[in-house]
Amino acid sequence: MTLLDLANPTRFLSLTAKVLPWLAGATAVLLAIGLYQSAMAPDDYQQGATVKIMFIHVPNAWLAMFVWGVMSIAALGTLVWRHPLADVAAKAAAPIGAAFTFLALVTGSLWGRPMWGTYWEWDARLTSVLILFLMYLGLMALWRAVEDPSRAARAAAILTLVGAINLPIIKFSVDWWNTLHQPASVMRMGGSTLDKAFLIPLLVMAIAFSFLFVTLHIAAMRNEILRRRVRSLQMMQAGKPAAS
Amino acid sequence: MTLGPYESFIVTSYVLVAAVVALLIVWIAVDYRRQKARLRDLEARGVTRRSGRSASDMS
Repeated sequence: MTLLDLANPTRFLSLTAKVLPWLAGATAVLLAIGLYQSAMAPDDYQQGATVKIMFIHVPNAWLAMFVWGVMSIAALGTLVWRHPLADVAAKAAAPIGAAFTFLALVTGSLWGRPMWGTYWEWDARLTSVLILFLMYLGLMALWRAVEDPSRAARAAAILTLVGAINLPIIKFSVDWWNTLHQPASVMRMGGSTLDKAFLIPLLVMAIAFSFLFVTLHIAAMRNEILRRRVRSLQMMQAGKPAAS
Repeated sequence: MTLGPYESFIVTSYVLVAAVVALLIVWIAVDYRRQKARLRDLEARGVTRRSGRSASDMS
């Protein structure tokens, strides 16, 4: 089985039908382990029990950016390599990425209120993530506005690649500007500043949410392939005399 | 396990994440059933793929 084989939607459907139940099972197990470890993690000496919000906020924030990264690679697949599944992958990922970004914003806000004394501050990190969320919504609106999937795919691919400029801005916003948001504490030069008691549950939850994304993404891609089959059959039906 | 004075913020965060993830799963599952039903309906009306294979065949 090569990547070329996966370019065929029928083979993709066949392969993923076998893989999807295993992915869903692995996701459920990882989430159960991660949630148990998060519940058992000690309170932080400054934040108390609110540190538990980190175990869901950070994976969602990472995935918010990761999903746009996946969509950017898919956009290159559409524009450069014209891979048959590239725009299917991009379109299927957008609502999932939007959901992760929404959760990152809301859980961050719920964490910020007790720690910072405010739900929202127009600082660089929070604002750039809000822009990411609006870009996801814009992309989803674009897919809906253009009826022909191949035309929509090209426009969406260009918008996705332009939007990718926001990813390094989000990542380095806490270094480039004075922000209320704390600087990077896991992915940073010199290693993580988190104690293992917090780092291990956080990493397990991050892996669990990554599996969740892959599972949902593959399932949504399968739906999109079926939707396109429906569309092409409807067009065939419209182009020939109705069978009676 | 005690969650201290900010229990409502912590519980709301987890409930919200669970609700949105559940919504995503339900939305994808319902969409799958809808597309399969539409394909079956089209095939029942005699509209088939050029290859002659069933459009709703996933294997």
